[in-house]
Amino acid sequence: MVFLELFLTFFTIGIVTFGGGYAMLPMIQEQVAARWGDLITEAQLVDFVAVSESTPGPFAINMATYIGSVVGGEQGGFMWQVLGSFCATMGVVLPSFIIILIVARIYDRFKESTIVKGCMTGLKPAVVGLIAGAVLNVMGTVFCPGGWAAALLSTPAFYISGAIAVTMVILAFKKVPPIVIICLSAAIGIAVGYMGLLD
Amino acid sequence: MKLKKLLQVFWTFFKIGAFTFGGGYAMIPLIQNEAVEKRHWVTDDDILEIVAIAESTPGPIAINSATFVGYRAAGVLGSVCGTLGVVLPSFVIILALSFVLQEFQALRAVQYAFFGIRAGVLALLIKALWTMYKKSPKGWPAYVVMGLSFLLTAVFSINVIFVIIGCAIFGLVTSRILKKGEVA
Repeated sequence: MVFLELFLTFFTIGIVTFGGGYAMLPMIQEQVAARWGDLITEAQLVDFVAVSESTPGPFAINMATYIGSVVGGEQGGFMWQVLGSFCATMGVVLPSFIIILIVARIYDRFKESTIVKGCMTGLKPAVVGLIAGAVLNVMGTVFCPGGWAAALLSTPAFYISGAIAVTMVILAFKKVPPIVIICLSAAIGIAVGYMGLLD
Repeated sequence: MKLKKLLQVFWTFFKIGAFTFGGGYAMIPLIQNEAVEKRHWVTDDDILEIVAIAESTPGPIAINSATFVGYRAAGVLGSVCGTLGVVLPSFVIILALSFVLQEFQALRAVQYAFFGIRAGVLALLIKALWTMYKKSPKGWPAYVVMGLSFLLTAVFSINVIFVIIGCAIFGLVTSRILKKGEVA
């Protein structure tokens, strides 16, 4: 039952990801590759990270809705797509919702809890390591879409990707908003594409 | 009266969901403006609390804060309205986009655009990595956790869930031991 699978997968993602946003990406990458790798490629997932960044709303909801729509859509038409999105989104929302309702009642005890504080000293650096893994993963998608061997033949696309990535890292650290970075990258992609540098 | 308040909570978070890009911390100033200054549902201190809670509970900050403020404003029903409000705009927009994307994916210009965008996303991720690193505790236990969680997931392909649970336990145990050391 693919809809139950969508709900449970995103429910689990919702439970174990602290910090929100990009902290969810490593787990989403892992689960999508394992469960729906035939429907959503790694490159499509990266594309969708960009779409999530350039549309309003929380990253996690955007990703869940999109993946739910694609996976549900495999079952048939429009209604299945909506149902898939609904199951995935409910799944990712519900854990936070329930936990916050509980925490809102016992906030003072929660705030002073040494157990919570202790766990957080392990979870915060864990997120750093996990995102580093996601960075490596996306590097693979960007620089070696055809595998490491093909990348060593170093096509112009390899160097162009590198140049775009370096430029955008500099802009990102200069606090240029993500949406501007995505639009600029898209414009460069279209320009070099029509110059014939990618074929 | 009650119904009016619930509708206000829903509408407030609907607007916040519809107009903040990137989610997360970008929403905090908007929530402050609407929920503290305009509606007086919560105080500035509550907002600071929400950020602290959001950082130590799972899930997106947007959901955490919508649930929390909604609860403070109008109880459990309020939290339902706040959460639905903040989710709905994304849900509708992305659902619509997923149709459009599937239609346009084959276009040459779209493929070229995404070629550039993928490199741009890599840059955004590197920035996010740096931001998370700055917010993380430092010291040897933290560096061990960073290294291990990277190696275990990226190189050895261990399930992310197990790694997260393991790191939480590791943090709990080391923080206890280090604290005892300080006392002695």
